[in-house]
Amino acid sequence: MTERVASDGASPPRRARAARWRAAGLTLPLLAFVGITFIAPLGAMLTRSVYDPTVADALPRTMALLAEWDGEGLPEDGAFAAAAQELVSARAARSVGQLASRVNRIEGGTRSVITRSARRLATRDAPARDTAGWRAALIEADPAWAEPFIWRAIRRAGERVTPQHYLQALDLDRDVGGAVVARPEEQRIYLKLFARTLAVSLGVTLLCLALGYPLAYLIAQAPAHRARWLLLLVLVPFWTSLLVRTTSWIVLLQSQGVLNEALVQLGVIADNKRLAMIYNMTGSFVAMTHVLLPFMVLPLYSVMRGVPPSHMRAATSLGATFPQAFRRVYWPQTLPGVGAGSLLVFILAVGYYITPALVGGRTGQLISNFIAYHMQQSLNWGLAAALGGILLVGVGALYFVYDRLVGIERMRLG
Amino acid sequence: MSEPAATHVRFQGVCKSYDGTTQIVQNLDLAVLEGEFLTLLGPSGSGKTTCLMLLAGFEQPGGGHIEISGRAVDDLPPRERNIGIVFQNYALFPNMTVGGNLAFPLEVRGLASDEAAERVRRALQLVRLEGFEDRRPAELSGGQQQRVAIARALVFEPRLVLMDEPLGALDRRLREEMQYEIRRIQRELAVTVVYVTHDQTEAMAMSDRVAVFNRGRIEQIAPPEALYEEPEREFVAGFIGENNLLRGRVSAITGDLCTVDFRGLAVQAFAVAGRSVGEEVILAIRPERVALTPKPGEYTNEFDAKVEDLVFLGDHLRVRLNLGGYESFVAKIPNIVGHGAVLKGDSVRIGWTPTDCRALPADDADAGMAA
Ligand SMILES: Nc1ncnc2c1ncn2[C@@H]1O[C@H](COP(=O)(O)OP(=O)(O)OP(=O)(O)O)[C@@H](O)[C@H]1O
Ligand SMILES: [Mg+2]
Repeated sequence: MTERVASDGASPPRRARAARWRAAGLTLPLLAFVGITFIAPLGAMLTRSVYDPTVADALPRTMALLAEWDGEGLPEDGAFAAAAQELVSARAARSVGQLASRVNRIEGGTRSVITRSARRLATRDAPARDTAGWRAALIEADPAWAEPFIWRAIRRAGERVTPQHYLQALDLDRDVGGAVVARPEEQRIYLKLFARTLAVSLGVTLLCLALGYPLAYLIAQAPAHRARWLLLLVLVPFWTSLLVRTTSWIVLLQSQGVLNEALVQLGVIADNKRLAMIYNMTGSFVAMTHVLLPFMVLPLYSVMRGVPPSHMRAATSLGATFPQAFRRVYWPQTLPGVGAGSLLVFILAVGYYITPALVGGRTGQLISNFIAYHMQQSLNWGLAAALGGILLVGVGALYFVYDRLVGIERMRLG
Repeated sequence: MSEPAATHVRFQGVCKSYDGTTQIVQNLDLAVLEGEFLTLLGPSGSGKTTCLMLLAGFEQPGGGHIEISGRAVDDLPPRERNIGIVFQNYALFPNMTVGGNLAFPLEVRGLASDEAAERVRRALQLVRLEGFEDRRPAELSGGQQQRVAIARALVFEPRLVLMDEPLGALDRRLREEMQYEIRRIQRELAVTVVYVTHDQTEAMAMSDRVAVFNRGRIEQIAPPEALYEEPEREFVAGFIGENNLLRGRVSAITGDLCTVDFRGLAVQAFAVAGRSVGEEVILAIRPERVALTPKPGEYTNEFDAKVEDLVFLGDHLRVRLNLGGYESFVAKIPNIVGHGAVLKGDSVRIGWTPTDCRALPADDADAGMAA
């Protein structure tokens, strides 16, 4: 040993360190990939949920002057002048639309005020270049500028770092004084949505467990050749497109679908009383359970295969009935699989998008559908990011709790 | 112990096949006495575990009957048979403590918890593991796990205990210690034990009787000494200890003895019951019973042989000889003062007594094969 070390010319710790670096080097492409495609977008999204410079960048002088305003009455004339001038330049820079949307989200109805004012200010001849002249011009462009609410909205929208999106995502708002208050009843959307998402995910998880546990047990107990076939059947859904699987549920469950037709034909239900099983919560529930079932079965199967058959035999030989042996000996040993499968299914269900979007109808929409809506339709990326951020924290918390209770290293995924 | 013990377990013509074509257990008859330590010994795959599983009720016989204490148990489910089982891999429940494992059979029997605790304590005392109640099986050494498994199989006081290669996973020293422990416990409680192993030393050291298994049949069932000294089948002679197995033909029978023609040599041998003149037999001669360069006339069987090879093994010399053209005849010569020095290539005389040489029926005799 000593001789070999001497001839190498490097001491063992140094060589070991070099080997470690080489090994670490091999993971660099992966790290870069994860960094670029995952960490960076995630970071950008989380940043966007609290950081929005649109208004602050477009109206810097206005914001500086509004900072001194007490929020009661109207701001000083200088703020009018600054706002009017900066609106004109924002229009020239084509950023007035974004600016208006941003303010509009704080205070509904301000979008048109801002865009119209910017247009009018820009197209008419320059007024007297004193502050009073700008003020008059602005109020003339839209009388709303004579009201404090629009200034308050601009001031709030001008915060670069803002809790606004998170507050909105939690159905909260800030009142005139800045205190956090609940939104009026008719504006509350997201808490209910979060609750619904959690309830559906929990329901789907339990249903997957109820269906998946006996199935996994069956496969684990079957002789090898039959187990292979059964496992294949569990995996077949992975080979077909998610879209196909989801739409086949439409074929089955819609009001003119296979199931309803069969029930009507059999006289179980009347023709005019067909069951609404799709485009609602039931649809989301059924289709999600189907899609997520393999994620429950595989970890369960893997854990069950690791439980020696002699344990159940031992329990029986010791005088236990099957239920006793199952409850006291088998079930506890499969808990890591139950935990892993449930965690997996729950996390996937919480973020599920495509299935509820296709078969959820109006009442079966979940939080991710609203995130998508804010990403694609309303373009309120800040709110989308905040909703996503809350989801992320929730899932992280769940993972942490699981780790504390069961230990993540005991999780076996198959 | 003096009056003849009653039969505890009886197999009557028991057959078992898993796939319907290969017979794993064939027409098995076996009686285990009350309080006996009976070992099933045999090569891997010979059906030992299957026999235990049949007895435990985890497998159903394809034919025949099994009786426990005179009662047919064919319809009795395993949990009602009241048999303690020590599994090969211990099968301790990892989710319970040692105490929990031991209390399990008592709890399912509805025993009061203080009485159960007392019995658990006593069982742990029996296997010398006092105070281990709160440990998890994973926190125990192999030998300790083994003891817990034994304690669990005994804690509900069954009269019959089955052990399937319980010491297979232990190292040699621990195995010897546990052999002694198991035997002590068995005597102390006077339970009937059916024990499975494929280690013949273990079988010899522990058993009252040993049943030698081969391909789902019992070749011979006898106390250890008798098995070694008086094998009755070629398989047993070859399986237990070492034997020179020579194929020859009976030329004469006189009382217990017979003369067997082996490659032109007339060998005097003890005839195992039922030999007939002209029959093909296997001569079984233990290497340690062969004497090298005996005094002339000392043995009835004396032949010339040539030393093919020899190995010095400390306490004995292992000599491979050519006897009448058969080149694998082995003799073990104890390393005692004055043993004759031999060299490779030497011509020597060897001898043995007829009673150390048994003429056994050849295993393939039924098939009518010729040598
Ligand atoms: N559950 C089963 N299904 C099908 N075949 C089996 C089953 N259990 C055992 N066998 C077969 O029966 C034969 C005897 O098996 P058994 O386990 O009884 O042997 P054994 O004597 O205990 O061997 P070992 O010393 O290796 O444990 C083997 O060929 C085995 O492949
Ligand atoms: Mg076995």
